[in-house]
Amino acid sequence: MHPLARIALGLGLAFLYGPILLLVAYSFNDSRLVTVWGGFSTRWYAALLSDSALVAATIVTLKVALASAALATVLGTLAAFALDRRRLPGRPLLSGLVYAPMVMPEVITGLSLLLLFVGLGIDRGLVTIVIAHATFTLSFVAVVVQARLRSLDRSLLEAASDLGAPPERVFLTVTLPLIAPAVVAGFLLAFTLSMDDLVIASFVAGPGATTLPMRLYSQVRLGVTPEINAISTLLIAAVGLGVLAASLVASRRGRAAGSPS
Amino acid sequence: MTGLAERVRRAAGPVLAFGWLAAFFGLPFVIVLKISLSDPATALPPYTPVLEWEAGIAGWANLLAALDFENYRTLTRDPLYLDAALTSLAVAACGTALLALVGYPIAYAMARAERRWQPLLVALMVIPFWTSFLIRVYAWIAILKGDGFLNRALQALGLIDTPLAILNTPAAVMVGVVYAYLPFMVLPLYAALERLDRGLIEAARDLGASRIGAFLTITLPLSLPGLVAGALLCFIPIVGEFIIPDLLGGADTLMLGRVLWSEFFSNRDWPLASAVAMAMLLIVALPVALFREAEARRLEREP
Repeated sequence: MHPLARIALGLGLAFLYGPILLLVAYSFNDSRLVTVWGGFSTRWYAALLSDSALVAATIVTLKVALASAALATVLGTLAAFALDRRRLPGRPLLSGLVYAPMVMPEVITGLSLLLLFVGLGIDRGLVTIVIAHATFTLSFVAVVVQARLRSLDRSLLEAASDLGAPPERVFLTVTLPLIAPAVVAGFLLAFTLSMDDLVIASFVAGPGATTLPMRLYSQVRLGVTPEINAISTLLIAAVGLGVLAASLVASRRGRAAGSPS
Repeated sequence: MTGLAERVRRAAGPVLAFGWLAAFFGLPFVIVLKISLSDPATALPPYTPVLEWEAGIAGWANLLAALDFENYRTLTRDPLYLDAALTSLAVAACGTALLALVGYPIAYAMARAERRWQPLLVALMVIPFWTSFLIRVYAWIAILKGDGFLNRALQALGLIDTPLAILNTPAAVMVGVVYAYLPFMVLPLYAALERLDRGLIEAARDLGASRIGAFLTITLPLSLPGLVAGALLCFIPIVGEFIIPDLLGGADTLMLGRVLWSEFFSNRDWPLASAVAMAMLLIVALPVALFREAEARRLEREP
């Protein structure tokens, strides 16, 4: 590699990971002064466990993420199958409906969903957050699954139905196993996006339900504290472990299939 | 096989998926439009006339009769909103340009790296995307603030005597934007550059083109679809960005997302917030349409 390219990569990665690493390191700082090192300590982590509001918000967030990701996976996969059809009446409009939520500014999505829920007289709470999250994450699932469907070897499906398998059986025994990695990836993406969302949840949550990002945001606005650094480190560690597990599964699957990917 | 039952079965999936999107993504915009034309009120919900589904056509007729575009006139009269719109556009445009400048060399280096390292490099670009946006923006507060890491480092090196005021300025917003959206620019660019046929560049060089000439006539034009996709993927959400200006910007970095948020949560003026949303929608409508086109074409092109 050209030395300049090496420098560009090094600087880019340092820029991306430097702030995160600083945050993680200073979550173990004994001093309350967040930018002055005062020795190693895990006391901020111990303090987290006694914060019952934080624990409650974490549970709400996990529930919402599980439910909305499951819903988004089903709906997004259905949308991907529909967009994959050769003949689809009104394709430009329908594909716009699928792609637009990915880039739509979150404040618009959040406000418009809230006004819908209020207009329909639906009480705000867990259910409204799940609906909102499923709506904006299903697009990401659809795109991931659609890409996989495009690269699918159609002759396998044709062979199965030539051999007399009914459509349901072709789907369950051939199509589904082939697109499973994309469906799982879509689910994980939807789960993470739901866990991460602050803006849309703030609009549609109502007074009853507080998610972890909402709780974090109300504290972050007051400034940098070691406690927030500690929660952040735990969240980063969770993501890191998830990515590690996913890549291990992927590499084993790759080896099993005899392909390098 | 093409009986009625079969056709219903085949239509059920698309109807469910698109019906959901129409109900929870399409329909809400109609309601935002409607409420942006209402007047604020001290009531629950805080606007009048409220949407009455039972009133049907007559209800919409009443609405049309009371139409005065009051909220939109407020948007054009009060310089605050025009300022916020211009700031949003400026931040999105400058941020996207800066992202292209920072992202291109990184994507180029990734595409030129040894094959066996490329999956790792892609993973390293994707991981920050999986990490909480809020936390990544928050991490910069400790770096940029008056007694933060950056000022301490610069002072320790003897480069400055008094701490620089970076946090709560437009510069801090720019840093946050480039940091948070970098993967969105790098990954589409990498995808375009990685597919590029190296033989074309070698041919250009053999025919006497300089390194820069080959880059400008071959690499850059062929990576343009990736650049366009990356730019749209960054520009549109940045226009409506709330978290970055709220945490890193100052009182003067008013962007539309922040104005909408405070009209809604602090002033409880839902009709005005809806009008701001419609204005924002107008700004991003064209880029969103372009994005849909680019996305559809990308899926066509890929095997």
